[in-house]
Amino acid sequence: MALLLSVLEQGMIYGILALGVYITYKILDFPDLTVDGSFPFGAAITVRLINGFGVPAILTLPIAFLGGALVGICTGLIHVKLKVRDLLSGIIMMTGLYTINLWVAGSGYVAIFDKENIFNNSFVNSITPGFLVNFKNVIIIFLITMVAKYLLDWYMSTKSGFLLRAVGDNDTIVTSLGVDKGLVKIVGLSIANGLVSLSGCIYAQQQRSFEISIGTGAVVIGLASVIIGTSLFKKVTFFRVTSSVVVGSILYKACVAVAMFAGISPNAIKLITAVLFLIILVISMDRKKVKAC
Amino acid sequence: MLELININKNYNPGSVNELCLFKDFNLTVKDGEFVSVVGSNGSGKTSMLNIICGSIAVDSGKILINGEDITKQKDYIRQRRIGRVYQDPSKGTCPSMTILENMSIAENKGKPYNLGRGVNKAKLETYREMLRPLNLGLEDKMGVQVGSLSGGQRQALALLMATMTPIDFLILDEHTAALDPKTAEIIMELTDQVVKEKKMTTIMVTHNLRYAVEYGNRLIMMHEGKAILDKAGEEKKSINTEEIMGIFNKISVECGN
Repeated sequence: MALLLSVLEQGMIYGILALGVYITYKILDFPDLTVDGSFPFGAAITVRLINGFGVPAILTLPIAFLGGALVGICTGLIHVKLKVRDLLSGIIMMTGLYTINLWVAGSGYVAIFDKENIFNNSFVNSITPGFLVNFKNVIIIFLITMVAKYLLDWYMSTKSGFLLRAVGDNDTIVTSLGVDKGLVKIVGLSIANGLVSLSGCIYAQQQRSFEISIGTGAVVIGLASVIIGTSLFKKVTFFRVTSSVVVGSILYKACVAVAMFAGISPNAIKLITAVLFLIILVISMDRKKVKAC
Repeated sequence: MLELININKNYNPGSVNELCLFKDFNLTVKDGEFVSVVGSNGSGKTSMLNIICGSIAVDSGKILINGEDITKQKDYIRQRRIGRVYQDPSKGTCPSMTILENMSIAENKGKPYNLGRGVNKAKLETYREMLRPLNLGLEDKMGVQVGSLSGGQRQALALLMATMTPIDFLILDEHTAALDPKTAEIIMELTDQVVKEKKMTTIMVTHNLRYAVEYGNRLIMMHEGKAILDKAGEEKKSINTEEIMGIFNKISVECGN
């Protein structure tokens, strides 16, 4: 039971990250490695706000989102204005953010065990009935994930969201429509990294600590979730693609949990992440080939 | 009115591959003209369109629209008053979006792309009415992704989308070249219809000499960055395909093609 809850919690937290990766990878067609830096950035902001400034936990969510959005804007400016290739822009930002994250958090490991957080504060504790105590985290994470998902769904149905979809599809038409395609890319990257940072913010509060290494491989986890979600639920029409991405993330976390349960050492987690991603990638490519024939 | 004045353009200046494309090139297109541009590969037809649309910058010279200098204007700002249809049918539409979404996004050209609803359901019937005359059955496929349509269907949609909003110029860049002869014919007739109906100033680059002769009221043949033939009005009407073909072959032979 505890294992299942942990899979759901982590799956949905990373689901928000996967929504961000979905924007860059699937919609913008921009392999954005900034994610490895913006995920811990959200976490670093959060522990600093809670530990250093005593900010109410709920406020860390929008602040982390805005922080991530700013990071995304920087990646966008490097790519669009300085004309650095997409992968390199992300690598530059990711590398620079490592130091910035250490600065913001204060050190490579910061605990916030004794502080209130979004799961554990006087308000939440007072309204949670006794029998739901164990499910408190998963319910709160579910609510935040749903809000993020529906806001993204809504945005994608606006005129501005249409442009975002168009720019990844065919950026020539965006110019034809009299809009600066560079600006649209920057907007997309900022929303994406805002979501990733938000995911880091929740992760830090669920773990009740910040650790500098959580960013390593974050983009791979996001990509794996997006690919599982979009290829597994391609035929299911009542499922919005954003929902499939979140479910993809939960399934991915379940795979990792199974591997750990089977007795693989926690030290091997990044290797498992990489191998699992490779397997998923190859399987999803196979499916495409079959379809093409 | 569109004016290109003393345009100079070199590719790879300063290197051994230096290629002088335009030297003091001049062209004036009056309002309401439908100009067909023909010429061999590398004659500068498409480059000319790219210069007008701002996709490539000029070394020197001026580009004026209705007297306003737009030489330094960014491509996306210029294109607010230019409609363009490309050779590649996938360039004029968004493949992963539906017909309805594509038309909605095209109709918003010139207005801000804000957080308003992307699709206006009330417009559905208006869009259907616009698609019906094409006789391609697109009006019953409003919810279909454009990527799954045929090249001809996509090109017809692209043409419609490019001309949905008020524009000063329509630029057609070999827009029938990637289509089969029958579809090309349909798209060409459709183009003529739209241009006449909206009295649009149009520049059409084509490799099809017959289209160049048959459609439009002015014909330009380009060769090595110069307009070597420019016929308008009555002169254009009296010209026939064989004559053009003759001139075309002559210049090609000179080039050693």
